Amino acid sequence: MSIFTRGFSGRGRDNNPALPPGQYLTEDFPVLSAGPTPNVDTDTWEFTITTETGKVHRWNWEQLMALPTEDIHTDIHCVTRWSKLGTTWRGVSLDTLFADVETEYDYVMEHSYGGYTTNAPYEDLRDGKAWIAHTFEGEPLDPEHGGPARLLVPHLYFWKSAKWIRGLTMMAEDDPGFWEQNGYHIYGDPWQEQRYW
Amino acid sequence: MGTVASTSAETPSGRSIWIDVPDWAGNIAGQHVDVRLTAPDGYQATRSYSLASSGPSPRLQLAVDKLPDGEVSPYLVDDLRAGDMLELRGPLGGWFVWSPSVEQPVQLIAGGSGVVPLVAMIRAHAASGSTAPMQLLYSVRTPDDRFFADELEKLDNITYAYTRSGPPDATIGRLTKERLAAAVLPVGSAVFVCGPTGFVEAVASWLVDLGHDASLIKTERFGGA
Repeated sequence: MSIFTRGFSGRGRDNNPALPPGQYLTEDFPVLSAGPTPNVDTDTWEFTITTETGKVHRWNWEQLMALPTEDIHTDIHCVTRWSKLGTTWRGVSLDTLFADVETEYDYVMEHSYGGYTTNAPYEDLRDGKAWIAHTFEGEPLDPEHGGPARLLVPHLYFWKSAKWIRGLTMMAEDDPGFWEQNGYHIYGDPWQEQRYW
Repeated sequence: MGTVASTSAETPSGRSIWIDVPDWAGNIAGQHVDVRLTAPDGYQATRSYSLASSGPSPRLQLAVDKLPDGEVSPYLVDDLRAGDMLELRGPLGGWFVWSPSVEQPVQLIAGGSGVVPLVAMIRAHAASGSTAPMQLLYSVRTPDDRFFADELEKLDNITYAYTRSGPPDATIGRLTKERLAAAVLPVGSAVFVCGPTGFVEAVASWLVDLGHDASLIKTERFGGA
């Protein structure tokens, strides 16, 4: 239940069906980061998937680059209310990376260089819904936007797309990551406006 | 739901807004609120604004800088007046916050209107009687563009970095790594940096270069890159 705000008519009516509730369109690319941008060198870069047995699947940068890549055209939605429509990324599908991973667990913790974490259900990272992205609009991904590589999970609010991705750890329970412990929603569906607890 | 108690000019483009929220549960210094405006046809626009106030007081203070191409900030700065109702949600944010239980020295670094949550920390620090050192480095275009100028004038633990113009004895121009190094507390201090994206990006990476532990540097950014 809300009241009208005296004297406010509103400027934009972004009547775009691609825009989730409470979001506005932006042309630039704002940055939400909790701390400094880490320096991540592709010479020492490594990505791991760790399962409940303790088995660690490992890729270095060269091995990642040798995997099949996909071009991803998608909209992205930040919890701070901006959305960008029609962005283009290139990266490796998590389906490819999970192909040989055996796990019974249903949840995943994403870990970043710099210490950031965020959680997601395993099924949200499968079946063509998530990638490790290294290229944005044809250019190597900028460090402040997560370069050299970030997770891309565009159907959830963008904080779920961990910048500077370093690894995924399978979890039995849906434990909260960094922003989830600091007030953001455990799942983060932009169409349900799941911003906060 | 809040009622605007009063507003006053802070800078040529910025305004303080005091809002009474009778059922406010209190907030920690550094937290923000979502402000939601509703047009007669039901159209709504929501944006986040940092609180300059903290503690149990039900009178909140926002300080808003008008973005030339903004939608919500021009309304808040130019049109809002005492007696208006304003829909708020909060307090929000559990990361970019300071409480008196923190015993480390604290370096605050602001760019432009990024000073708002840091002023909340300065006030909370003063009110608590905390003995932890706290100082502010404030980068701003000109002396007229300072938020909370009169209040900050009374404090002696502030360094200004004017980027466009300033007093005759001041160094004018964008902050550099060298000037930053000379102005901040030593490595081991907690650091809060808030401002436009480019400013925060530069300052935070210089701090890491100068030996500050990345895990002690908290950042809050606004605007595009």
